[in-house]
Amino acid sequence: MVEQVAQMVVHGEAWTVKDLFVLPNEYVYWSIQIVMYPYMTGLVAGAFVLSSLYHVFGVEKLKQIARFALVFSFALLPVAMLPLLLHLMQPFRGIHVLMTPHFTSAISAFGIVFMTYACIVGAEIWFVYREFIVDSIHRLKGLPSLSVFGRLLLLVYKVISLGATDTSREALESDHKAVKFLAGLGIPVACFLHGYAGFIFGSVKANALWMTPLMPVIFICSAIVSGIALCIISYYIFMEMRKWAAKRGKNILLPDAMAHGSSAVDYEHLRSVQDHEVKMTSRYLLIFMTLAITLELLDMIFRGYTAVKSWDALRMVIYEHDFVKIFIMQYAIGNALPFILLLIPGVTVRRAALASILVLFGVLMMRWNVVIGGQAFSLTFNGFMHYQLPIIPHNFETFKEGLGGAMLVIATPFVLFYFLNMIFPAFMESKEH
Amino acid sequence: MKRRDFLKNTAVFVSGVSASVAALEWLDPQKVLASRSDLRWGFLVDTHKCVGCGFCVKACKVENDIPVEANVTRTWVERYVIKKDGKVLMDSPKGALNGFTSEDIDQNQSGMKKVADEEIAQAFFVPKLCNHCDTPACVQVCPVGATYQAADGVVLVDRKWCIGCGYCIMGCPYGVRFFHPIENVADKCTFCYHRISIGGGNTACAQACPFGARQIGNLRDPNDPVTKVVMNQRVGVLRDEYGTKPQVFYLGLNKEVH
Amino acid sequence: MLKPHVWRPLFVVIGIVVLILLFRMVYVPSDFGVQERGYTFGYHRLSNEQEWKQFPGKYKDSNYCNDCHEEKVASLNASQHGMIPCENCHGAAMNHPENPEQLAIDRSRELCIRCHSRLYMPSSDRNDIPGILPAEHNVGIECSECHNPHNPSLEEM
Repeated sequence: MVEQVAQMVVHGEAWTVKDLFVLPNEYVYWSIQIVMYPYMTGLVAGAFVLSSLYHVFGVEKLKQIARFALVFSFALLPVAMLPLLLHLMQPFRGIHVLMTPHFTSAISAFGIVFMTYACIVGAEIWFVYREFIVDSIHRLKGLPSLSVFGRLLLLVYKVISLGATDTSREALESDHKAVKFLAGLGIPVACFLHGYAGFIFGSVKANALWMTPLMPVIFICSAIVSGIALCIISYYIFMEMRKWAAKRGKNILLPDAMAHGSSAVDYEHLRSVQDHEVKMTSRYLLIFMTLAITLELLDMIFRGYTAVKSWDALRMVIYEHDFVKIFIMQYAIGNALPFILLLIPGVTVRRAALASILVLFGVLMMRWNVVIGGQAFSLTFNGFMHYQLPIIPHNFETFKEGLGGAMLVIATPFVLFYFLNMIFPAFMESKEH
Repeated sequence: MKRRDFLKNTAVFVSGVSASVAALEWLDPQKVLASRSDLRWGFLVDTHKCVGCGFCVKACKVENDIPVEANVTRTWVERYVIKKDGKVLMDSPKGALNGFTSEDIDQNQSGMKKVADEEIAQAFFVPKLCNHCDTPACVQVCPVGATYQAADGVVLVDRKWCIGCGYCIMGCPYGVRFFHPIENVADKCTFCYHRISIGGGNTACAQACPFGARQIGNLRDPNDPVTKVVMNQRVGVLRDEYGTKPQVFYLGLNKEVH
Repeated sequence: MLKPHVWRPLFVVIGIVVLILLFRMVYVPSDFGVQERGYTFGYHRLSNEQEWKQFPGKYKDSNYCNDCHEEKVASLNASQHGMIPCENCHGAAMNHPENPEQLAIDRSRELCIRCHSRLYMPSSDRNDIPGILPAEHNVGIECSECHNPHNPSLEEM
């Protein structure tokens, strides 16, 4: 009797096409959500490092974008968890990583590192905004009547303030010291948050593409690159929105009470701030891009040179199956082109924004080429697998591990930022420092 | 001041020393990798005897509730056809669930390949299953302690604790792990732990094999037939370059078998 | 000098950690821990080992069949098919004869061609098995029409 009843599609089968000799249990198990996860944590780490450039190293010129980057990195944080929840076969058991962490596994670091990082960023935002929170409490209390939103906001501020209402000079000095300490402490933690993601791949000896000691470093550098690029393009877009509103005498993305009357709706002021911040940040983007590309090329050159047993299969994947994805999309469009755009003298805000978009695309392709690329060849070294991203979902699995799930992950930080911005205005320009 | 400094320095010194001593104790290999001295399960595969009937694959699925209609399997058989021109063709249609009934070699997307008898220099079958390694990479990478090795060497998955991240599946160099399509957790060959742990029990696959190509045994028992072969004959293992120390031994391995 | 309010976020963090540890005490089974194989390879919930040992088996073995079907087993053992376990062709015994009362008798061609489809496999014992080409040999007819599975030798028929 031939066992040929109705097929039961196993996890991974819907989007994997096998070619030549592939083992029966091999599928692309780590698909789009595992591409998104290091991408999102990279954005978190990068945004935080950008913010720290001001708070720790005192790069005055980055002051305005630093505040924005800090709030945005906090909005990105819960989104970093989302791809994992969408990927896990047992998402309700995700808490087990905190309950019984097996520290011999890189993934176990997720629970602790993520929580530590969330606490640091949360605390830093608290210190940066504490004066504003106390001022807001007094301001809201002083109003004759409050809308529902106003009452809710007052409650939120009261809770967040933790009762620390002292806004004397010494208290604010203490706040600044705490911010500097936390921003400094946060940099190695941010590096760990993303370095461990690189370690997840780099330590898998079973996978010929992933295993390299360079992986954690490559991931960290491209994470910082992506974070900075995201901040540049987001800041550019948000400021464009504010400039558009200012032309019509309106103020958006900043609580009216904070608008200090004139400068928040002054087109010229907004334009000059946007110009300045974007151009300054672009310089730092170039530095980290150089570092990232050097490491990636080094890894590839070593592989080709040493040509170990897996090289024949890897070569087929790198130079044939994934040639366009690696050399055209990641290296040319995602790296070389923005590099040139930023190096040409007379960088304009538009050009920097375009370069940032290309960089973001390039880093996404890098994640894709590592994660999917590592599963593109069989353990047999005599077969290949092709990954087909599910575009139109026909069940929950093809949604959450398909284009739908990826779009959800990309959209969420912006939605979160919108609400977070109401509590911690990211665009307020503080008087002192 | 001096007393406070002295106390502080002593405290630091004592905690530093205790941490170091604790680490040495914790990392002591003797204590860390203890196992049973009387029982260590191992497996012997004789690739000369395997005829590719696939009864083992079917028996395993029936015995262990792996849905027959799902394209995952705890064990499988591979066919190797080595042509006289040196080219090697390999396949494993449905893991050999229905045996090998066609001379056409299944190359998946690349279609079926026909090889004339005259072109064949060598051809044989290689059954594979979980190697229940001594230092299993899959266990090392589990983030929550859901997969583990018992004292008698068998590597198991705790179905109630596994979060389904798939790290163990990626970490296994042999590709023996998969997601159970109904339980939605990681799964793999258990050496039929429920059968071998009853005195005299045999694994479903070894029992189903009419030709004696598969055999389970206790590597700590010098009189065990498997142990005798492993000790006295030329046996090989799969992919030992990964350092996992696999405990499934093969007679008749060839350089093409990876 | 640091004002005392700077420590408040730290207290919040410590509070969260304490909550998590308290929850852990309730949630994680008490037998979860490091066993003989150490932290790297033996960190698990101990009772799971027993759970696996109690997994319900389906197959018995041919000795079990012998208790009631002695003649059939003897005649099979005397034939060239003697090495084939009964359950390979008749399915897992489970709780037979209580449940199922009868085991299936598989007469399909697909069962037989597992071994008997002709494959040229030098350096494998497959080559010693007499084989036919399924697409050419008596297509559509069950093998057992001509060959007795319990005594397949054609000469003795």
